[in-house]
Amino acid sequence: MNKGDAVVTRITMADLKRALEEGSGVDEGVDLDRDLGTSAFADLGYDSLAVLETGLRLSRENDVDIDDSIFMDLDTPQQLLDAVNEALERRRQAS
Amino acid sequence: MTANISGIDIISPLGLSREEHWKAVLDGYSGLAPTRSFDSTTYDNPISGEVHTFTPEGLPRRLLPATDRMTQMSLVAAAGAFDDSEIDLGRLDPFDIGVLTASTAGGYAFGQKELQNLWSKGPKYVSTHQSYAWFYAVNTGQISIRHGSQGHSGVIVADDAGGLDAIAFAARRLRRGSKVVLTGAVDSTMCPWGRVAHASTGELSKSEDATTAYLPFDERANGWVNGEGGAHLVLQSTSDGRYGVIRGHGATIGEDRLSQAIRLALGRAELRPQDIDVVFADAAGTRAADQAEAEAIGEIFGRGSIPVTAPKAATGRMGCGTAALDVAMALLAIRDQTIPPTVNVEPDKSLGLNVCTTATRRRITNALVLARGIGGFNSALIVGA
Repeated sequence: MNKGDAVVTRITMADLKRALEEGSGVDEGVDLDRDLGTSAFADLGYDSLAVLETGLRLSRENDVDIDDSIFMDLDTPQQLLDAVNEALERRRQAS
Repeated sequence: MTANISGIDIISPLGLSREEHWKAVLDGYSGLAPTRSFDSTTYDNPISGEVHTFTPEGLPRRLLPATDRMTQMSLVAAAGAFDDSEIDLGRLDPFDIGVLTASTAGGYAFGQKELQNLWSKGPKYVSTHQSYAWFYAVNTGQISIRHGSQGHSGVIVADDAGGLDAIAFAARRLRRGSKVVLTGAVDSTMCPWGRVAHASTGELSKSEDATTAYLPFDERANGWVNGEGGAHLVLQSTSDGRYGVIRGHGATIGEDRLSQAIRLALGRAELRPQDIDVVFADAAGTRAADQAEAEAIGEIFGRGSIPVTAPKAATGRMGCGTAALDVAMALLAIRDQTIPPTVNVEPDKSLGLNVCTTATRRRITNALVLARGIGGFNSALIVGA
């Protein structure tokens, strides 16, 4: 994040979608716009490393520290979105 | 050995398929040219054998951010080899299908990119996929996943000699119960980091002229050229392998032990030297290594008798992909009864080798392929009709 940028307080499914696309690609036949909010990562063709890559990418983009182990137990994009937003909320409350 | 070769595919600077490559080789084309994918002039080695026309279209897009270029090329060639074999993998027990490839240095360009991220931006910027994308066994793993293989699998790392050792290993697995094994190697270290690593040996050609940069067995020999690509082969235990069979293999360690590897391979194959019709040479392209290989060939076959060829003069050396590609070409030579040429080379007569510089029609039943690797690896593999 560059100095002067507004501090992000919440990320959206659109941010998560971009992080997935950039870090891990999208399988043929998968429509992230349609399925991201309702599917499990496994159903979208993502393994645990792709989830970890996406979580780490969102952490560093938003300059927030999240323990790697958090990303190991997430089954759905919604859970990942919640985990990142909870960390952002904790940071807001701590500041 | 009862290892029948039923499928082959090739990817090289001369072509993206077996037949495209083979036609270009027989027509005497060279795939060597000034390096395009990065600026190699600062490393004194401006010529490369690059696969310019490769694109990973057709591979699952999920794999693209997670794989090195050599893995992408390997996946395409592996699918081509399975297709060519016409084996319906779905009808086999997945535990009867294995994947045994060779690798020289893993996914080098991917590793360079992530090391650059590490040192310029920090550890948080290193891709999670680096954990396996650089790794020697990555091609074996990705091929296994894509084709549903769950049988005995592995990777051989023995520098360029590994290309032959992996194929011999695959043949042994068939004797021990595997029904189908995908083997061979597709390799690339085509990036600045790879070039620097090769240049450190002092054996990379500094020539700026693609037609004189890699001249094995020539008085003008001044090193070798780095290329990329290789071949995958499908071996099966049943007898309808239409390309031929693996007859024997020998491997030794020690720079003066190439002839011993040849003897071991002949012994395994139960063949005499006069049963071999052509030698695909390692052709290191340095005077000393060429001399040593010529002496080993002369020791077994006599001076100047057996036809010797090094079609890799047209592609450069692609790590362990080189020897796998030589085995594929040896099988195509048997199929078409034609020895592929060693382009650009004017053989040094003092070496006492009968080097084929043009495509040569000849009766070929058995072909010997030789490969050596840094550290004294020697490997010899015999394929036959």
